[in-house]
Amino acid sequence: MSAAAIDTGTPLLEVQNVSRFFGSVIALKDISMSVHAGEVMCLLGDNGAGKSTLIKIFAGVHPPSEGRYLVEGKEVQFGSPRDALAAGIATVYQDLAMIPLMSISRNFFLGSEPSSGWGPFRRFDVDAADRISRDELSKMGIHVRDTGQAVGTLSGGERQSVAIARAVYFGAKVLILDEPTAALGVKEAGVVLRYIAQARARGLGVVFITHNVHHAYPIADRFTILNRGRSYGTFAKSETSREEVVRMMAGGEELEELGLELEEFARADAASGARLSPVAAEADAAILRAGRELEADRLPTSDSVS
Amino acid sequence: MQVSQSVETRPAAGEDERVAKTSTLHRLLVRPEMGALAGAIGVWIFFAIVAGDRGFLSPRGTANYLEVAAQLGILAVAVALLMIGGEFDLSIGSTIGACGIIFALLSVEYGWNIWLAMLMSLAFALLLGIFNGYLVLRTSLPSFIVTLGTLLMIRGVTVGVTRQVTGRTVVSGLDDVPGYDAIRTVFASDVTIAGAGFSIAILWWLAIAALATWVLLRTPFGNWIFGVGGNQQAARNVGVPISLVKIVLFMGTAVAAWLVAVIQVLGARSADVVRGTGSEFTAIIAAVIGGVLLTGGYGSAIGAVFGALIFGMVRQGIVFMGVDPGWEDAVLGAMLVIAVLVNRYIRTQAMGGRR
Repeated sequence: MSAAAIDTGTPLLEVQNVSRFFGSVIALKDISMSVHAGEVMCLLGDNGAGKSTLIKIFAGVHPPSEGRYLVEGKEVQFGSPRDALAAGIATVYQDLAMIPLMSISRNFFLGSEPSSGWGPFRRFDVDAADRISRDELSKMGIHVRDTGQAVGTLSGGERQSVAIARAVYFGAKVLILDEPTAALGVKEAGVVLRYIAQARARGLGVVFITHNVHHAYPIADRFTILNRGRSYGTFAKSETSREEVVRMMAGGEELEELGLELEEFARADAASGARLSPVAAEADAAILRAGRELEADRLPTSDSVS
Repeated sequence: MQVSQSVETRPAAGEDERVAKTSTLHRLLVRPEMGALAGAIGVWIFFAIVAGDRGFLSPRGTANYLEVAAQLGILAVAVALLMIGGEFDLSIGSTIGACGIIFALLSVEYGWNIWLAMLMSLAFALLLGIFNGYLVLRTSLPSFIVTLGTLLMIRGVTVGVTRQVTGRTVVSGLDDVPGYDAIRTVFASDVTIAGAGFSIAILWWLAIAALATWVLLRTPFGNWIFGVGGNQQAARNVGVPISLVKIVLFMGTAVAAWLVAVIQVLGARSADVVRGTGSEFTAIIAAVIGGVLLTGGYGSAIGAVFGALIFGMVRQGIVFMGVDPGWEDAVLGAMLVIAVLVNRYIRTQAMGGRR
């Protein structure tokens, strides 16, 4: 696959050498990344890598302590999430996307209700809300029985999808998705990934934050890998393999050590002769294989960053 | 019994075959106020049987329990809205006393125009609502604690000031103030229907319930109330003005307390510092019986109307039955627990049987 698909024009969203400090804690240091229209940029990192802090900078919750934040080439300073939203940057949070006890259409329009009438008689146009939310959802391929049903009746994947459809409808140019597939089953995650692909096809820039490479890899155009508040850099999908990405995320050595340890366990098991069943034998073999694979993943040169 | 799990097939465009169809009946039954409606009918039937021949069913008896329900209902509707928005207001109990005293003191002791005195007490209520809301938002403390504090503060200041000015804790003689009759017509008169005097407070109650229902279900503000109570952070993320919503809701409960104060003071021709004591809890109980979720984000104003109606019927029905009024609390306590259980079941159904 070539990198030709990637737009080289002005990025929709870009950060340059951004850092964020909380007191003496360096949450992020010198992060640069960008996302173009029609591109999925995957922000990968293990727990504590600084993903959440970076999202909050994008979403206007925290201003960066250092560095520049540009939207469509112009430097911006967001004072609140509302400013970011107005600039077309919509953030869908993992568990705060929807309000379970409210209906789909009420959730869809919460904060931006369509209304008719004037002055004190301005009312929430419930029919329009139902109709628009149903249409928008079906455009994304989500078919709901009744937009009056509570969002709590939807599955986790459907909730994320509704949140994405909402952001798209309200004119988002950039979608920031915070762990949209965490806590979802394989099929569910697939559904969400499909909507991400649809949003990309509509020309949105997507920043997809996750620690799950298997969800990120199929959909991403580029990866930015964070580790302990620093960036390992940005890679086009064509330049890197899934295994390499995993290794960089976890900071290589630890996984390698784990691999050796697992191998050791398997050997010790075999040596003790405690063969209980063919299943156990199979499990041992699997552990042994996993350990070797992890070892093999190691790159010849390992630039250690800590 | 289904033996094998059917292989999931991709739904054709349009309908998703995995979702069961629901009947209109089911959708009606999962409305938040349904439990309270059923309860109100049940309570009415009970008293119709045990006290029907002692006057419960007469127009007079009906007017009697409706009046009790009306005053409580005005409070319960406003409290329901606030609770749906995720907050409590315990200060309404002493706000009733304070508004009544301000109204009576200004008109009786200081010779103010009676309408102006009434508007002053309204202004006090509005400021108090803003103060409560601001304090809750600013401190991020549970509103239960904050308004418990204001409940005590207002009661204390009201008693202190009233004693200072009048030497007593009651201000009477309101009917001697010019304009009393006109203002009484608006707030505390009776409308005679079928030989019984129905309190005009019932009209206020129904009007406020209708307004609250309209706001809740048919205005953007109503959507914000559900959002703020359902998940404040999520609502803020999509741009709902949290502070505005909460402060307006606190103003709503304070104004409801003011209205009840005016109705009571004009009806009794005097104001007493202890008026409204305990009504902070009865209003919450009526709202909860009416299907409002204690944790916010769910409920209805109509439910609170039925909750207050149940309250009124039980309180007066027990009097008609001729048993000791002490039983009232026992019955209401039991009703409260049953109502919460029924409402939880209804909510589970509304959520499609999950959780």
